[in-house]
Amino acid sequence: MTAVVDARAPVSSKWNFWILLLGALVIYGVFQVLIDQRILNSYSALILYQMCLNVILAVSLNLINGFTGQFSIGHAGFAGVGAYVSAVMTTKLHLPFPAAVAAACLAAAVAGLVIGIPTLRLKGDYLAITTLGFGEIIRVILINMPYVGGAAGMTVHRETNFAWLYFSALLTVVVIANFVRSRHGRACIAVRENEIAAEMMGLNVTYYKVLAFTIGALFAGLAGALSAHTFYFIKPNSYGFLQSFNILVIVVLGGLGSITGSILGAVVLTLITAALQDYPEWQMVIYSLILILIMIFRPQGLMGTKEFRIPFARPGGRGNGHVAP
Amino acid sequence: MSLLEMDRVTCAFGGLKAVSEVSLRLEAGELVGLIGPNGAGKTTVFNLLTGVYPPTEGRILFEGRPVSGQSPWRINHMGIARTFQNIRLFGDMTVLDNVKIACHNQVRYGVLSSILRLPSHFRGERQIEEQALKFLSLFRLEEKKEELAKNLPYGEQRRLEIARALASRPKLLLLDEPAAGMNPQETQDLMHLIGFIRKEFSLTILLIEHDMSLVMGICERIYVLDHGTVIAHGRPEEIRSNPKVIEAYLGEVTS
Repeated sequence: MTAVVDARAPVSSKWNFWILLLGALVIYGVFQVLIDQRILNSYSALILYQMCLNVILAVSLNLINGFTGQFSIGHAGFAGVGAYVSAVMTTKLHLPFPAAVAAACLAAAVAGLVIGIPTLRLKGDYLAITTLGFGEIIRVILINMPYVGGAAGMTVHRETNFAWLYFSALLTVVVIANFVRSRHGRACIAVRENEIAAEMMGLNVTYYKVLAFTIGALFAGLAGALSAHTFYFIKPNSYGFLQSFNILVIVVLGGLGSITGSILGAVVLTLITAALQDYPEWQMVIYSLILILIMIFRPQGLMGTKEFRIPFARPGGRGNGHVAP
Repeated sequence: MSLLEMDRVTCAFGGLKAVSEVSLRLEAGELVGLIGPNGAGKTTVFNLLTGVYPPTEGRILFEGRPVSGQSPWRINHMGIARTFQNIRLFGDMTVLDNVKIACHNQVRYGVLSSILRLPSHFRGERQIEEQALKFLSLFRLEEKKEELAKNLPYGEQRRLEIARALASRPKLLLLDEPAAGMNPQETQDLMHLIGFIRKEFSLTILLIEHDMSLVMGICERIYVLDHGTVIAHGRPEEIRSNPKVIEAYLGEVTS
């Protein structure tokens, strides 16, 4: 039996989920010990943090682009909304961090709703154009807002630790995996497969597109809030088009429509970025090369639409809580 | 009251009238054929009935309620389902999932209960699966349930499309060239199947078809469309000898 089984297998075995969850906890324990014992230096730890954030961003973007088939290229804009909302809450209003995170998620979700409702009623590429514009608008507004430091950015308190980031990533993966494997997720996939047929079969297509888009935006807001309070400095340019493009590369690399693919893609691309840290001018060249090579040799991405499974679990298991560090 | 009533419906695209002043009436339980040469406007009639296009003029009533102006998914909830001339399956989903989509609105549980995996999620999924399997076995597709829809042979894709439409529990089923591309044996089987599901689900069926043996064999009444207007309507034997219909299909008699 192979380790990779079709992602759309029916709901029946709960074991796969619990085993993967256990695996995720073991991985957490190992890395937590490595960090505590200072076996991993603080630079490596930062890479690990970035990995968790990229997992959240990629998995949530995959829900929109991969599962629902709507092409959004402004995901970093929603992260920016989350980052700045949470930063204002903690540094200016002195509210507790969890409240700031909740507010960030809510603000990003509302932004998603506001963008989504008018554009997702239309069929075609309008979403790509609108989200691209949205990302830029957010960036320009922030640059021109002295209250949050303008182009110079603002300093934030460090509030997170490895546990925060890791379990947020795990939560994102579990929530989105559960969503995808439900009647709602199935409806989203049907919209991707054939919008007209989906509508004729009685699916309120606009509702499901907006729902997926809003959930995706919510988790982007979560990632934004966490990143602000992990790297304790935010500036508008961190949430521009280039960042959105990075997330898109991860999703395409991992496979549109595969959650494990996005996790794998996030891990791989974070490591590549870290390796290229000393040659920032090469980063975009390498990214472009990766994209071109994927398009030529593996257009469906590393995982296609398949998910990782425990080899001995019966095919057709529930969840896919496989979580990379 | 008729189940479906189209009252002088016109659908114009710019200056082109694809359908012009078409009136059509279906009583509950009927099996009615819609025939006509290529480009006569048959599929446009289906698109009007399912809300893909709004009518330019005229009105459409289903069980006395207006259909015109409703979105396609609402019309499906009212009880109209269809298949497509060019098959529109969810290609990258399994055969089972294709039918599950049609059961989507019969079993409801919320987004939160699916994210938190509450009992209502599992109960709902079990019900959806039972229903979907019932329709698959009816169409002898049960063994292929794990296959991707795009990998099915053509005839089975057609059957799956009908199964999917039926699973949304319509009162009126619109079949757009169900026998297209089928060999005579498959067409024969399809005729039996249509007759069977009609009785089993007490359905009303409107079907577009070019295969005259199928149309004449099972339809009780036939509407003939040409250039967007109804040129004839009646029982199969009447249609067969109607000079206007012969003219539309074969051209004018000159000598």
